[in-house]
Amino acid sequence: MMNKTPRRVGLKGLALLAALSAATWLPTPAQAGKADDTLNIAWDRELPNVDYYYNTSREGIVVNRLVWDTLIYRDPTTGEFSGLLAESFEIVDDTTFEFKLRKGVKFHNGDGFSAKDVVATINFLLAPDTGKLSKQTVDWIKGAEALDDYTVRIYAKAPTPLATLYLAGDIPMYPADHYAKVGPGGMGKEPVGTGPYKITKMVPGKEIVFEANADYFAGSPKGKPAISKILQRTIPDVNTQIVELTSGKLDWIWKVPADQAEKLATLPSLNVVSAGTMRVGYLQFDAAGRSGKNPFQDVRVRKAVSYAIDRKAIVDNIVRGASEVINSACYPEQFGCTQDVTTYEYDLEKAKALLAEAGYPDGFRTEIYAYRNRDYLEPMLGFLKEIGIETDLRYGKYAATRDAIRSDKVPFAFMTWGSGSVPDADAIVPVFFGDSPDDLARDPEVQAELKKAGSTVDTKVRLAAYKKALSKIADEAYWLPLWTFSTNYAMSQDVDWTPTADEIPRFFFAKWK
Amino acid sequence: MLIYTAKRILLAILVSLTVSALVFSLLYLSGDPATALAGERANEADILAIKAAYGFDQPVYVQYFKWLAGAVQGEFGNSVYFRLPVIDLITERLPVTMTLGVCAMAFALLLSIPLGVLAAMYPNSLIDRAALLLAVLGQALPSFWFALMLIVVFAYWFPILPASGSDSWEHFVLPTIVLGYYATPAFMRLTRTGLLDVLSSDYVRTARAKGLRPAKVLFKHALRNAIIPVVSLAAVQFGFMLTGSIIIETVFALHGAGFLAWESISRSDFPTVQAVLLLFSWFYIILTFLADLLNAWLNPRIRVA
Repeated sequence: MMNKTPRRVGLKGLALLAALSAATWLPTPAQAGKADDTLNIAWDRELPNVDYYYNTSREGIVVNRLVWDTLIYRDPTTGEFSGLLAESFEIVDDTTFEFKLRKGVKFHNGDGFSAKDVVATINFLLAPDTGKLSKQTVDWIKGAEALDDYTVRIYAKAPTPLATLYLAGDIPMYPADHYAKVGPGGMGKEPVGTGPYKITKMVPGKEIVFEANADYFAGSPKGKPAISKILQRTIPDVNTQIVELTSGKLDWIWKVPADQAEKLATLPSLNVVSAGTMRVGYLQFDAAGRSGKNPFQDVRVRKAVSYAIDRKAIVDNIVRGASEVINSACYPEQFGCTQDVTTYEYDLEKAKALLAEAGYPDGFRTEIYAYRNRDYLEPMLGFLKEIGIETDLRYGKYAATRDAIRSDKVPFAFMTWGSGSVPDADAIVPVFFGDSPDDLARDPEVQAELKKAGSTVDTKVRLAAYKKALSKIADEAYWLPLWTFSTNYAMSQDVDWTPTADEIPRFFFAKWK
Repeated sequence: MLIYTAKRILLAILVSLTVSALVFSLLYLSGDPATALAGERANEADILAIKAAYGFDQPVYVQYFKWLAGAVQGEFGNSVYFRLPVIDLITERLPVTMTLGVCAMAFALLLSIPLGVLAAMYPNSLIDRAALLLAVLGQALPSFWFALMLIVVFAYWFPILPASGSDSWEHFVLPTIVLGYYATPAFMRLTRTGLLDVLSSDYVRTARAKGLRPAKVLFKHALRNAIIPVVSLAAVQFGFMLTGSIIIETVFALHGAGFLAWESISRSDFPTVQAVLLLFSWFYIILTFLADLLNAWLNPRIRVA
């Protein structure tokens, strides 16, 4: 499946690969991490703030799961929910959740955990003007009430299908007294949670030291951590990360480009794994004509584009890893993401015929907006050229590109969406088809179905509604769903760790082989 | 002299203001900061809330003048990304960049001036050619590639130096070589050209005719004059090094002010970008100013002019 087209290796990557290849005859360096029970990991960006509520980066999610706990836990493999800080929980009615809290749980600073901390955390999240960044995951909450010291209720404003998912991932519990005293600034400098690891040292932008929480409560589905220390370093350049990994100074890195990952996989001291993420790529058409009259208002043109692009060839040769072609406008493993929709296999003749039928026998010229993965974009533009569609590329930063879409300037775009790792179609479909500023289809029928799916917790109703909405989206080719994105992880052979499809490394499950 | 100095200072302030205004408007062209800050998952309501909370809903010029009023009082505000005072972020990281800059400059001068002198003493010889080759290589090698090669050789094949980090002096060796080597060719060529020019001048011939020792003629009479343009160039190069250190800091994971600037630009963190760039422009202006003073000290004729 590999190497059907020339590889796209950057000059830096090429140089590094050549040098490392030349060095394969050298003895494999000993891995330092296992000897001192320290897992040395690196990622490429600096956390803005360790305080989860002031952080939108993926690395922030990883830290959140290590240092803090949520009331409930969702098993990333089975999708089953169980108690975490709550011993048990009950969905009293569509808008009421009741939690019986564990007794004897302590925060890292020694404070005991009780209903007071839950209510204080929720009240903080509901307070206006705190500048918190994760509004979407909490604005469904009406309030919280302590029934006694270890029983608490959380009320939703309306039936919210994603409530349990948010409660299991995005709403970590903070120590009431400590947070009232130090606020977000203090929490960012000296984080205090109940989680399996506590932060014992933090040099912003450079390193974070996590040490296993010896008092971590028994019975947590996260389990007692097996590795006593995690040293995270920020190394922006992936090539430097690779050298540090191959020379034994790091035990784990991620987001390794496909070319380097393949090469690293040949080194006996390393284990390279590719795993899916919830990020999907798509081509978005301005079917509603919001950017002005454009060819994509004609369904035949949208279908022509869909037939013209050989997505499988791009995935097999360029995207690679665990990525796969998708046909539905969501991530296949998300709840409600039906795969039973119209598909558009690569068919150049059909594409040309449809374009001619739509009145563009010689094609046309259009702007296309994009913000990432130019290496994936270029072959798509090549395929479009074959049916006569010439493109003027508007390649910018994410914020500028999304602004342009939302302000009705974009006829055609190559975009991606990660759903915030939420395994439910509600985290993606309504964002782009639910009458939001990102909705370039504005199909009332689709909007009505999505509204139905988003306002009930009845799974049957939700599944039926998503089926209708996603089928219509595919029939009308409002999007051309492209492929899922994958992440390549490279780690020392000493590390026993398995990635999950939500791209959230859970190091509390890691152990030494 | 006083009027001249006052004029220069006024000019420096105007340059700083222009730089800050330009940066402010250019950053706004690259996208709405609230959208960037809110992240991908944010919906329209999230972005509006962030706009209000961080003051992005005010007109751009109001934001700019508010920032300027603070900056004049030494108050650069908080980073919108890190939520920490910008001044703390900079003072925390500036030592890394300054250390790297000073070391690289010292390395460049220590390598290039002797080479330049040798090349001028033996023009068109093998030594001259070798120095030229070194200069051409320095100019031609992309710094990121050179950096990676050094890492592979000295941190992987022969692991005697660390590939990343900034904890000890060893961490600065490879970055210093990469950053300094890039500046070497210009210094070397300038020293060579200047010295060749001076060595053929009348006063050097006179000095030689008087029977002065060749070393004295070279170092006391010739080099002192030939080095004047190198001093000016060093000031300019130091400014380039501060900005050039962005790539080097990224490759070697040195968390200095250059890397902070790059990170902040990509995250539309206005207060931080503004402060770092203003600081860098001040460095540039001050260094150029100091270079003029130093030149005047080295060459009395400049003082008269």
